Amino acid sequence: MNSLMIDKKPLLKVTELKQHFTLKREVVFQAKQVVKAVDGISFELFPGETLSIVGESGCGKSTTGRSILRLDEPTGGDVLFKDESLTKMSKKELRRVRGDIQVIFQDPYASLNPRRTIRQMLDEAMAIQKVLPPNEREARMLELMKHVGLRPEYLERYPHEFSGGQRQRIGIARALAVNPEIIICDEAVSALDVSIRAQILNLLKKLQKDLNLTFLFISHDLSVVRHISDRVMVMYLGKIVEIADKSSLFNNPLHPYTKALLSAIPVTDQTKREDRIILKGDVPSPLNPPVGCRFNTRCPFATDLCRKEEPKLRELESNHSVACHYAEELSS
Amino acid sequence: MTVNTSIVETADLMLARRQVRREKRKSFYSSIGQNKAAVVGGIIILLYISMTLLAPVLAPYDPYTINLQEKLQSPSFAHWMGTDDKGRDILSRILYGSRLSLGVGFSSVFFGAFFGILLGLIAGYYGKWVDTIISRSLDVMLAFPGILLALAIISALGPSLINVTIAVGVFSIPLFARIVRGSTMEVKQLEYIDAIRTLGANDFIIIFRHIFPNILSPIIVQGSMRLATAILSAAGLSFLGLGAQPPSPEWGAMLSSGRDFIFSAPYMAIFPGIMISILVLGFNLFGDGLRDALDPRMKK
Repeated sequence: MNSLMIDKKPLLKVTELKQHFTLKREVVFQAKQVVKAVDGISFELFPGETLSIVGESGCGKSTTGRSILRLDEPTGGDVLFKDESLTKMSKKELRRVRGDIQVIFQDPYASLNPRRTIRQMLDEAMAIQKVLPPNEREARMLELMKHVGLRPEYLERYPHEFSGGQRQRIGIARALAVNPEIIICDEAVSALDVSIRAQILNLLKKLQKDLNLTFLFISHDLSVVRHISDRVMVMYLGKIVEIADKSSLFNNPLHPYTKALLSAIPVTDQTKREDRIILKGDVPSPLNPPVGCRFNTRCPFATDLCRKEEPKLRELESNHSVACHYAEELSS
Repeated sequence: MTVNTSIVETADLMLARRQVRREKRKSFYSSIGQNKAAVVGGIIILLYISMTLLAPVLAPYDPYTINLQEKLQSPSFAHWMGTDDKGRDILSRILYGSRLSLGVGFSSVFFGAFFGILLGLIAGYYGKWVDTIISRSLDVMLAFPGILLALAIISALGPSLINVTIAVGVFSIPLFARIVRGSTMEVKQLEYIDAIRTLGANDFIIIFRHIFPNILSPIIVQGSMRLATAILSAAGLSFLGLGAQPPSPEWGAMLSSGRDFIFSAPYMAIFPGIMISILVLGFNLFGDGLRDALDPRMKK
């Protein structure tokens, strides 16, 4: 993967992306409250890779996905897709390129319109992006159904006639219908039970290979992330704390938060079990994030420096960046 | 896949497709058929509609012919519902009057629903200042008691059945808009709307193809309830002399003229009253059943 990344241009380049939500005032003269769900993150997504975003709930991983897609208009920063700025595009231009970046949602029950058959969904997707003329769509639909492992006669059915796993396959088929280059999987397998989850993950992997797709995989489930990713990005309170190749991140985590996160993965082999790092307290409110390093309130190694100055994301090893003042000391 | 097999597969698919459609239609009818109240409501409405269509065939007398010799007769075989103070056959008048009542009901609800749905969709989908402007204006309309607003409109336009229709329709607008706005806001944030947005659909497609069909149930329920109230309000306004003008056989107007004879010839008021009540009941029952049958999630 590394060699791949060096000679390839990023497909998606996110710079200083910010997504702030202003809360409604509860009292008349209350100061405006701003939730900084995503607060200036930058990363690149290379063609053909799977980059995972992990973090606890509320760390801004889903919001990142939604901002890239402009489902919520980002507050600041820029997203370049093939050197075109998605954030600066007019709505009309944006609709044109939308087909290139698709999304698979978490909830297979909410992500399909209950009143439309699978045929209508797929046909509509192709019609909107004008991928194929109407007379060629039938064959393409059959092909798509085959791709995602559904029987062709299911085309006539409504979503409520399917199980969760099948619905997720339909969601995937709909995303594939417009020949996307990037698919953002927003907790795409979190709502499925374990056996189905494995099936869908393998399907995604297979599709990635066959269709040369690029995945931005958003998940809180580390075992899933470990299974599917090439690179992993760890977020905490709207910031990237660490981003690295999968093996590098899992074998040699540099940030104390990543270490704590990884220690929470259940291990079956008792001899390999390491001490679990239990973090103190809760995630601070994103309304009022800590000054300095955002992790300082819960970090066992926090110093005065951490409480004053925010650490920048810096590349410590090749393809392994971390935002911690003491990463070098802590890794040894 | 060779050409031949693909043709065969496509043909199979088309058969399967037709089959599924047939089953779907069947399941709609059977699910509404299982709801006894809805069946009763549906039959009532059908009876009224056939009455409307067949009035000239069914009516034994002309509804307008005055025959003072036979005035104020109680129900008999010659006049099943008796005659009114001008000797006109009440049954014939009621049969013809059903056209007016149903017509006013349907057209005012259609009028109110059309504008209400449009405003509600726009307010709910776009939100922000668009919503503020629309919602506040609707609040102003809602602040008037319905009958007062209707009176104001009619006094501006002049009393006639068409103006009653407009007045009742206008008053229905905020009721539809409010329900539609709420449902739109609810559906708008569902993931399938996000999905269709990421596919690049424009607002028109999102609103009318994806949001609107999913908020039909509350609209239908509201529509049937409004039909009932619209018929009542129209009858009420006619009762006050603001709607249908004599000698029109509108039921409200008939009730009103029957009021003067309520002790000597109660059937003059009773029959139009009964007709109005049953029709209102029918729409209410049917609306509820329709809601259940239209919701695909309620199907087994």
